[in-house]
Amino acid sequence: MKKLVILGAGTAGTMVASRLSRILDSKDWLITMVDQDPVHYYQPGFLFMPFGVYEKKDVIKPKEEFIPANVRLVMSKIELIEPEHNLVRLADGNLLPYDFLVIATGADIHPEETPGLAEHEWGRSIHTFYSFEGAAKLADHLRTWQGGRLVVNVVENPIKCPVAPLEFLMLADWYFTQRGMRDRVELIYATPLPGAFTKPIAAKMLGEMLEEKRIRVEPEFMIERADPDAKKIISYDEREVEYDLLVSVPLNKGADVVGRSGLGDELNFSPVNKHTFLSDKFDNIFVLGDASNAPASKAGSVAHFAVDLFSENFLRHVEGKEMHALFDGHANCFVESGFGKGVLIDFNYTQEPLPGRYPVPVIGPFSLLQESRINHLGKLAFRWMYWNLLLRGHKVPLPANMSMAGKWKN
Amino acid sequence: MATRVIAGKTVQVNDEGFMTDPSEWTKEIAVEYAKEEGIAELTADHWKIIEFCRQSAATSGKAPTLRTITAGTGVSTKELFTLFPKGPAKKVAKISGLGKPEGCV
Repeated sequence: MKKLVILGAGTAGTMVASRLSRILDSKDWLITMVDQDPVHYYQPGFLFMPFGVYEKKDVIKPKEEFIPANVRLVMSKIELIEPEHNLVRLADGNLLPYDFLVIATGADIHPEETPGLAEHEWGRSIHTFYSFEGAAKLADHLRTWQGGRLVVNVVENPIKCPVAPLEFLMLADWYFTQRGMRDRVELIYATPLPGAFTKPIAAKMLGEMLEEKRIRVEPEFMIERADPDAKKIISYDEREVEYDLLVSVPLNKGADVVGRSGLGDELNFSPVNKHTFLSDKFDNIFVLGDASNAPASKAGSVAHFAVDLFSENFLRHVEGKEMHALFDGHANCFVESGFGKGVLIDFNYTQEPLPGRYPVPVIGPFSLLQESRINHLGKLAFRWMYWNLLLRGHKVPLPANMSMAGKWKN
Repeated sequence: MATRVIAGKTVQVNDEGFMTDPSEWTKEIAVEYAKEEGIAELTADHWKIIEFCRQSAATSGKAPTLRTITAGTGVSTKELFTLFPKGPAKKVAKISGLGKPEGCV
């Protein structure tokens, strides 16, 4: 009996378990998952919670619902991974030996890494929507907020869903317009990147959108600290941006246990081959989803496409054959632009987002790099797909690697 | 793709003058780029950062973030801003011939 242990029952871990439990023979394989939180969060829904589009109940379900019948789920913290001994130590004292290990422990926010953020104003004038609790709290705050200067600040990349901060600002423009208070709200985006859009074609197609929505960009803003009493953020080059409401996207890091176990980089992301997700250090460890250091977007769609190819590869790898399904960094993301519209972007490690028409059987096509109503509907419909198809390991009729079909090259 | 001649060598660059092929980079190019960015002379401290970034990019395929640089070299973020004023991530990437720091759109 071979033992496969999957650490983390979030988006990537659950998809891996669902897929592998279908293709591995349960007479030969024992699959065990470990997680410390009984709740599965639909993380893309956090973006909508502050604006009352989704409530708490819309984005949570019990993890148990998605664990395949032939997979055992252990609820525990993970103490340590000992890759030299093919062993996982759990906080409850139990030991889990493995033949193969999948690390899918994700990424989380660390506001305490930036002085001034997670102090007495955290949850008062400083908020985040990058956690379930944070998004719920921000929803409460926005309901009675009287207006002023709202600053969205990304502390440092990489972050989960790199477009979510922009989406938040565009939704904020819509939300405050609807409430008749847009003229009392200033929207500012302070980003460490050289601009809101850094890819030439996206910048050309979408660059004016922010101006039209009166969202001001403060580029190359590397925050050093927040001053919660003076209500301003200060960058390393001593620029100051004042706020009435700071919506922070704090530093994202991989799980502590990855770092503790000697499997992480300086942010606890685990170095892997970006095409196969095989650990750089150990031949029987794969790292999927946000937990790896692959230079792909940290997004559910990337995890989904990666898992599609991983399941083919895994069978070959355990037989000692070369893995030939090589992932290209494909991401496919609906970007909310407010007022019931959205933009679809489809790209990979080397191909920047292009305009065109993205073909999807029956419900498509969706317009690429252009606003449309159907893109917004696609984003909302995605929640159903996530709970009912993706987590349960059903194949979705989208190519795992990026296709140029429908894209306009000039 | 545009090209430009710098330090006697023709290299490929993007619209903003960032090199697009790290293998075309030379130390002489770094000196010229640094001058254009307002750094008159590259000291040993500068070179330590540049060399780290070149090595980091050679294994990861992308220019390192500031945190990767500080963790890998022991040089603090504040010092990086002194060495490469006003946006070290972008400046180091340019001087090291590693392309512009990018998001996904």
